[in-house]
Amino acid sequence: MSTAPYDRSEYTTPGRGLGILDVFRRRYLLKLLVQKGTSLRYRNSVLGWLWSYVRPTVQFFVYFFVVGHVLGASGKVGLYPLYLFSGIVVVNLFNEAFGNATKSIVANKSLVRKIYLPRELFPIAAIIGSFINFLPQLLVLVIVAVIFGWIPTWASLGLMLASLAIIVLFSTGIGLITSAINVRFRDAQNFVEIVRMVATWTAPVLYTWVMIYGKIPDWMFFTWASNPLAVCVEMFHQAVWGPTIERLVDAKVAAGQVLSEGEAKGNIGFAPDYGIYVLVAVGLTVLALIIGQWVFRRFERTFAQDL
Amino acid sequence: MTTATTKPAIIVEHVTKEFRKRSTRSFKDALIALIRRKPIKGKMFRALDDVSFVINEGESVAVMGLNGSGKSTTLKLVSGVLEPDAGHVLTRGRVAGLIEVGAGFHPDLTGRENVFLNAAILGMSEKETKARFDEIVAFSEIGDFIDQEVKHYSSGMFMRLAFSVAIHVNLDVLLVDEVLAVGDAPFRAKCALKLKELADAGITMMVVSHSKSQVKDLCSRGIVIRKGKVIFDGPIDEALEVLEQP
Repeated sequence: MSTAPYDRSEYTTPGRGLGILDVFRRRYLLKLLVQKGTSLRYRNSVLGWLWSYVRPTVQFFVYFFVVGHVLGASGKVGLYPLYLFSGIVVVNLFNEAFGNATKSIVANKSLVRKIYLPRELFPIAAIIGSFINFLPQLLVLVIVAVIFGWIPTWASLGLMLASLAIIVLFSTGIGLITSAINVRFRDAQNFVEIVRMVATWTAPVLYTWVMIYGKIPDWMFFTWASNPLAVCVEMFHQAVWGPTIERLVDAKVAAGQVLSEGEAKGNIGFAPDYGIYVLVAVGLTVLALIIGQWVFRRFERTFAQDL
Repeated sequence: MTTATTKPAIIVEHVTKEFRKRSTRSFKDALIALIRRKPIKGKMFRALDDVSFVINEGESVAVMGLNGSGKSTTLKLVSGVLEPDAGHVLTRGRVAGLIEVGAGFHPDLTGRENVFLNAAILGMSEKETKARFDEIVAFSEIGDFIDQEVKHYSSGMFMRLAFSVAIHVNLDVLLVDEVLAVGDAPFRAKCALKLKELADAGITMMVVSHSKSQVKDLCSRGIVIRKGKVIFDGPIDEALEVLEQP
């Protein structure tokens, strides 16, 4: 066609956005989508938000009883219930955020097919929703920890925030990938289910790093220790469980009481070279976000016709 | 058509859109196809073939064709839901469509919540929605039901509210797809009137419809698409004649 008499710069190409950046431009819509998710979550249920407390509590007791008592982990780790609980909430957040993000595009099928929106809105709204749903668990953890004698400090707050930031960003990155692939291949959903199942065990939730250190090859330990989930779980341990066990041991020693086998080990602290693992985990998170955005944009072009 | 004073609002240049008749639905299917040396990707079906047209600001244009001719695909390309395989589409100003009437409605939310959510989906800010809220409710004739959950609405009420939201969005270009069949006869008449009002107010319109009378009423120009190709572009009366030829 001959050059038309118009100025290109005044025009936009429909369906092309700035990706994640567009989501922040449409904060108001994001807010409404998150609100919709949270207000619908327990609609038509009698217990409502109570379920957010019931689920982790039951899960906690099951693990505590089976792994702690039946398998005997309680004897090897001091304050095992707190150790367990402070790690498990992190894994729960990851599982929920990752799972919901994966299903988000398919769940919003009718919108994606008929109207153009920055599609990143859906996984991101799902992740924010998961985070909101995680807050009751965090509250329960804080209450339980205080009962065990935890005194919150700035350091513990900093560790918690860093941990949550890594988890949320990492799930956003990989959630973008799986949500996009899930549109064409629903296999992604099943794959994610398996990842979620394994997640609990790849992080030091039920066991400690000491139990495997030196027992597996170095490269294996390195791989295990630098996975973002393990790094974040350890941050939570040292934010909540670490200082609490130290106080408990100090108090018992001062009072001349006998320490149990687990308590005698005290706070096991971070694994050696933890700083490196943190760097690797942060690197992986950034990488996940970049790859996530890239994969999402490639698949996004055919969302409407594949759904 | 083009006068020196009006600028194009929608430009569609040499657009081709192909759909794949996909034969594999999962990793497993893809793998089996690979092993059996069957095509994984499936055959291509050309929905639009080198389509070009320009719609000027303030113009109301009907895109017509039989089922499967590619008119809805054209509309989806302009709205940005689909991307062309070749050529390009450009738009100016805020584009929104009546194609998506009710798409963002959630049955468990109240009418009020749905109005805000859908207005936001169509690109309105909180302030704009609040300013137009009463107008939207009044137009929909929903009345007190606005605070009821939408699942308790009759289908007519549902469509009326959805349509009312869509039509009150501030926009420069409106895409209309077969939604004029909303509600009962009086409401339909009201909608047609509202669309006419918007067209007269200078809003650019691209209409996909089978209803001759409505198209004639609203549009001055018609584009006829057959098997993915533009076969006519000109005055509406002639376009309707072309449409009837086999």
